[in-house]
Amino acid sequence: MTFTLNDEQRMLKDAARDFFREQAPVTRLRKQRDEKKNGRDPDLWREMAAMGWAGVIIPEEFGGVGLGYVALGAVLEEGGRTLVASPLHSSALAGASALLLAGTDAQKQEWLPKIAAGEVTATIAIDEGAHHAPTKSKMKFDGGKLTGEKKYVADGHIADLIIVAGADALYLVKSDAAGLTRRELITADSRGAADLKFEGVAAQKMNGGADVIDAILDRARIGLAAEMVGQASEAFEITSEYLKTRRQFGQVIGGFQALQHRAAKLFTDLELTRSCVLAALDALDRNSNNIAEYASLAKARASETVHLASNEMVQLHGGIGMTDEHDAGLYLKRARVAEALYGGASFHRDRYASLLGF
Amino acid sequence: MTKDLETFRTETRAWLEENCPPSMRTPMTGEDDAVWGGKNYEFKNPEAKLWLERMGAKGWTAPTWPAEYGGGGLSADENRVLQSELKRINARQPLFSFGIWMLGPVLLEYANEEQKKEHLPKIVRGEIRWCQGYSEPGAGSDLAGLQTKCEDKGDHWLINGQKVWTSYANYADWCFCLVRTDTSVKHEGISFVLIDMTTKGVETRPIKLISGSSPFCETFFTDVKVPKHQMVGRLNGGWEIAKRLLMYERTNISGFGSNTRVDVVDLAKKHVGLEGGALEDRDLRARIAAHKMTERAYALSVQRATEEAKAGGNVSHMASMFKVAGATLNQDRCELMVEAAGNRALGWAGEGFSADDLATTRGWLRSKGNSIEGGTTEINLNVVAKRVLGLRDTQ
Repeated sequence: MTFTLNDEQRMLKDAARDFFREQAPVTRLRKQRDEKKNGRDPDLWREMAAMGWAGVIIPEEFGGVGLGYVALGAVLEEGGRTLVASPLHSSALAGASALLLAGTDAQKQEWLPKIAAGEVTATIAIDEGAHHAPTKSKMKFDGGKLTGEKKYVADGHIADLIIVAGADALYLVKSDAAGLTRRELITADSRGAADLKFEGVAAQKMNGGADVIDAILDRARIGLAAEMVGQASEAFEITSEYLKTRRQFGQVIGGFQALQHRAAKLFTDLELTRSCVLAALDALDRNSNNIAEYASLAKARASETVHLASNEMVQLHGGIGMTDEHDAGLYLKRARVAEALYGGASFHRDRYASLLGF
Repeated sequence: MTKDLETFRTETRAWLEENCPPSMRTPMTGEDDAVWGGKNYEFKNPEAKLWLERMGAKGWTAPTWPAEYGGGGLSADENRVLQSELKRINARQPLFSFGIWMLGPVLLEYANEEQKKEHLPKIVRGEIRWCQGYSEPGAGSDLAGLQTKCEDKGDHWLINGQKVWTSYANYADWCFCLVRTDTSVKHEGISFVLIDMTTKGVETRPIKLISGSSPFCETFFTDVKVPKHQMVGRLNGGWEIAKRLLMYERTNISGFGSNTRVDVVDLAKKHVGLEGGALEDRDLRARIAAHKMTERAYALSVQRATEEAKAGGNVSHMASMFKVAGATLNQDRCELMVEAAGNRALGWAGEGFSADDLATTRGWLRSKGNSIEGGTTEINLNVVAKRVLGLRDTQ
């Protein structure tokens, strides 16, 4: 197990931190929202792709930089800190993982270089009901045509390529294919998503069955957990700074023991969760045989921690935390969306219990 | 791994194969199997004695301490090899010792040469059992408020006062003790002295706990004469030593007293039962799953801290954090065990309950002390808030 970054990963993380702080602070998300862009920001994505981030896990033979999941996790975490809305997770992580794990040679040759360059963005379409339930798909594939529905597909409104999961197979669909209807969703986190309807849409079957779907989902879960640790860390740090400056009863409120203890508990929780996420990313790069366990551990704990951090952010800021002007609400809303995607805390606790055999 | 380490592993493996007695390669069956050593210690198992003697002679009860003080003189890498080899054969810990966990590290840092040569080798070999004279009836969480008086009588110190929660003081040979040498200041008026428990005027009395056992004592000092050379560090300089020792204590205590012989999942399977592979009580199942996740998160964090320390990172703050998290974790585990065992965990003594049943009950009650001993959870949260997060008291 490795928890510390090597020089290459560390440089990537530092570069990501600087970039997001300077080029995409939370005000950028706010601007996208106010301009009703619903997560669309092609200029930002072009710049991110130019940094090589669209192809972090894609091997060099397919035009990527092949640095692995720990490296991509570091970028996702830094993006999480400033709530960056971009296809980094949906395309560079989930979409690229799907192609790497389930793509045919031809599919890899065709799409991976474009994804790595950021010219094409991909996403995975999983759920069909209100809750994450990958095994309950009713998607039908007949004569090369796909029929069915997908709900709340992350970046489904902007992706060029949609990797659709059935109950035990994966399909590749171009977003401009005939018979595909996308209903764009205006979402609480201001990033947008889409409900998709497939009515006899031309689709290419990919390799692998339910196991591969699970393996792809685990990558999506772990990457999202990394992003959530970034969100929680930033929410915590902003709050802890506020405790040092806000005065009430003639003193800074960080001097009150009741608040000190809440901050210390939150910090402890965050550190424990960070270890889980780092271990999970490392497990992916080592191709460990218990990735599923690590994925559920990381996603469940990150879900709990990001809620705790964002709820405390609102509460400890008091009234200002309830205003739209303050960023606390943006962290709170994103936390809720991030938990729901690819299985929330309950889903993963249940899965973890099953994996542990009870 | 380097060639030297490979050689060390081969040699270590061979030595352990030859020297670790068979019964020392089986899991402990209870706290009674813990070997504490000391002048009056009675070994229940002759092989336990042999194991301690052999490991003590190698210095491997304190593998990284310098060989000149009886330690193993191993590098961190060699020690990792040793630990993995011990684990490989499921070797029992040869010695449980406050001397090794708490006192030794501060002696190495603060004691003079004479004191190190006098005390460290005996700690390594388990010849002297130590207890900790810190808390007093009026100075628990506010430890620096301690009042046990230590007066300079020219050729000796004269000590009067009372300590409390002195773990196993009734079995200890010596006590490392915080005393007040200046009443006009608080933290700067404390000194650190070593006291032979057989000195005239030292008296101990066990305290019975809610779990029924009595690992703790009250210790009384009445006109106790202590030789001058038994003070460690400078006069009135004891608080710094005290804090450092607490850090070692917190690092060690977080996993302490957790009898992990029975896994909560196994216990629940046995008493609750499975339905389609899942525990029938779904709410309990979800809570156990959350607990198992925290347990894993904790273990991974300890691993991470170790790795970061090795890479030169500053992890001193982690001791308080781990103390808080470890205490909560152990208490949650004990609660879940009692719940999973149902009425099997409600016994106290006599027939009708197995030894495991009774251990579950007692362990649950004992665990309540985890958030009190070694600095309460509240005090450790204060430490994290102030030292790590930089939140300052305003008064």
